[in-house]
Amino acid sequence: MDEYSIVTDSLTKRFGDLVAVDHVSFSVKKGEIFGFLGPNGAGKTTTIRMLCTLSRPSDGSATVAGFDIVKGDNQVREHIGLVSEKMIMYDRLTAYENLKLFAKLYNIPKQKMEEKIDELLKLVHMEKWKDAQIGTFSTGMKQRINVIRALLNEPKILFLDEPTLGLDPQSTAEIREFIRKINAENHTTIILTTHMMAEADLLCNRVGIIDHGKIVALDTPQALKKMISGEDMLVIELDISNLTNGMAEILQKNECVKALTRLSDTRLKVQAVGANAFGSILDTVKSQGGILQSVKNLQPTLEDVFLHITGREVRDEASSKVKETRHHGPPGMRSNNRVR
Amino acid sequence: MGFKQTINHSVWICWKDLLEFTRSKMGLIMVIIMPLFMMIMVGFIFPDSAATIEDAPIAVANLDSGPLGGNFTANLEYVNSETGMMTLTSADGMEDIRSQIYEGKIDGGIVISENFTADLLAGRQGTIAIMTDQSNPQMSMQVQAALSMTITQMGSGAAMANLNQTYGIPANETLAAIKPYTVEVESLIPNDPSYFQFVAPGIMAMVVMMSLMTGLPHAISYEKDTGTLDGMLVAPIRRLSIILGKVLAQTSRGMLQGLIILVLAILLFGVTIYGNVLLVFFIMFLAVFSFVGLGILITSFSDKEETASMMMMTLMFPMMFLGGVFFPIEQMPGFMQTISQFLPLTYATSALRKVMILGAGIDSIMTEILFMLAFGLIFLAVAVPMFKRAMNR
Ligand SMILES: Nc1ncnc2c1ncn2[C@@H]1O[C@H](COP(=O)(O)OP(=O)(O)OP(=O)(O)O)[C@@H](O)[C@H]1O
Ligand SMILES: [Mg+2]
Repeated sequence: MDEYSIVTDSLTKRFGDLVAVDHVSFSVKKGEIFGFLGPNGAGKTTTIRMLCTLSRPSDGSATVAGFDIVKGDNQVREHIGLVSEKMIMYDRLTAYENLKLFAKLYNIPKQKMEEKIDELLKLVHMEKWKDAQIGTFSTGMKQRINVIRALLNEPKILFLDEPTLGLDPQSTAEIREFIRKINAENHTTIILTTHMMAEADLLCNRVGIIDHGKIVALDTPQALKKMISGEDMLVIELDISNLTNGMAEILQKNECVKALTRLSDTRLKVQAVGANAFGSILDTVKSQGGILQSVKNLQPTLEDVFLHITGREVRDEASSKVKETRHHGPPGMRSNNRVR
Repeated sequence: MGFKQTINHSVWICWKDLLEFTRSKMGLIMVIIMPLFMMIMVGFIFPDSAATIEDAPIAVANLDSGPLGGNFTANLEYVNSETGMMTLTSADGMEDIRSQIYEGKIDGGIVISENFTADLLAGRQGTIAIMTDQSNPQMSMQVQAALSMTITQMGSGAAMANLNQTYGIPANETLAAIKPYTVEVESLIPNDPSYFQFVAPGIMAMVVMMSLMTGLPHAISYEKDTGTLDGMLVAPIRRLSIILGKVLAQTSRGMLQGLIILVLAILLFGVTIYGNVLLVFFIMFLAVFSFVGLGILITSFSDKEETASMMMMTLMFPMMFLGGVFFPIEQMPGFMQTISQFLPLTYATSALRKVMILGAGIDSIMTEILFMLAFGLIFLAVAVPMFKRAMNR
């Protein structure tokens, strides 16, 4: 088991009647960047909280850094760092004071603490802001301090729950770069959740897709993409100059169509399967009197995989007016969207 | 993990909390304003009982047809011109006085009965009726007292003159003849304790309690809501050091408020401390200890900040009124006295009062000390495991 940082066995969390995490078993290799994808409420945060010893599993077990998350909770805590959904920062304290508090909680000796804080601040180019109060920072600056806070104890495993949520492109790029860097230089195992498929594709060695508390797919991004192309998956973009909502609805009722996203007033992204999917879609457009301007054949992205598997929209793709997806679901897989 | 480390971690958490506190302008202002507000409010709501009234508007209705009624009024005016308690006006009768009280023109009235002269001449007592505005009990009582006093004084004056003239008793012995006894009150402390002197210790205990009981659940549930608590929970520290750090910080804040009240009471309200100031602080510290478990317990029960504040308020009100802060417990109905015996505030108030007003030493407040210790230990024994469980949901 030495090769793994995290091993879970039927890990389960119930909140009353709701099974937020449902008998999840997976392993994360040492030095890996592991991505957790899933729709809102899928159970990503709950899983991470259990692995970080913040929440007790209702059932099943897991080891993190070789220690049981229940019996060895304090040993687990020694070896992990957490960047959670909410920032762990005190606004009225300066960057330095924030870092100092946590360094003290990790029993880092004074000399080493000062060095470590300076080193980490330099890494995220925040040394100038050392003595400024966090409350005066922009979200991007806060998140940089928040991330280095999780690295004070030089953790073997770093958990990042949506680390780039709400950041501008520059900060996002910087945080991603930073994650890659600490992974490469310190061999830190990284567990990451995100709603940005491109981010997962870019960063992660392997991706687990979780839905309704169950892991529904787990592989490298490449393998996942290949998986859906292997199923005769067709991803096309249609540009129809007189596109109407009704037309989109009828198109969605086409047997072959698995998912449909309206990209703009005139453009539609369609995922379809079947031998004659392409022809069938064109026929439908024509029968509705649609004036087809162009058709683009798209490479399947991780997002297509996600939609294919979960049959739901990704919340960050917020550009279109109408968002409709339909899900037929492969055999043996749940097909009704849960009403939340 | 050693004991030393637990303490060390809690000191750092306390450091953090106090640092945040000193950077919050609002928080700092509240710490000073709240006690000041309390003291001033109390000062207005409960006027000094020793103070006498001045220039209270009182109407006099003389219904007597004989000369003695007029004599009485003249005498009343004379006595009143010396004391200055009342401003006398005249009225037509009981009904007139009643309606003037309703209109708020006067605080009370005096009616000299129709047969006043006739009764006195026939050797009977002359009747004087007094009516006061009972919608203001405090005022009513004082007006009654003032009127009774004035009339009694006039009565003894008349009696003394009678004795002197009728029985030839020397004028300087007449007082002893009608009032053979005199009472001198020996008190424990030099001056009469003012109401402030009475409430100041209670307010101190109460503010320390409120500060802790609202501050502690707030401090923890606020961090839970904002997510920063996870930062501490995910660190390899004992859960105990988190709660301990919070308690230390809130205790410091509460003691600071207590100190402010003490200083305000001494400087602004002329309260004197007759006991040992160090003992006062020791009692405040014990008071904090006795409340802290309850604070932690409520923190563990409430998952959201609002729930915590609501539970606190519900608990605090009965404590405030039944803890003997504003009214002596002995004046409460029996079942309330029983309830008050189960409130740590009762003992804190009582101990502080004994030390501050009466200058009592530590041996006279042993009962209170033991009760506070017992409350603290019992609540903590229940609260700490509950808190640990709540942190591991
Ligand atoms: N403390 C809790 N009490 C009750 N239900 C909870 C609690 N925490 C989470 N849940 C529920 O568990 C489910 C999983 O939530 P979780 O936060 O793990 O989802 P997520 O995958 O992180 O979603 P998101 O993308 O929105 O962050 C949700 O239905 C949520 O409402
Ligand atoms: Mg989440």
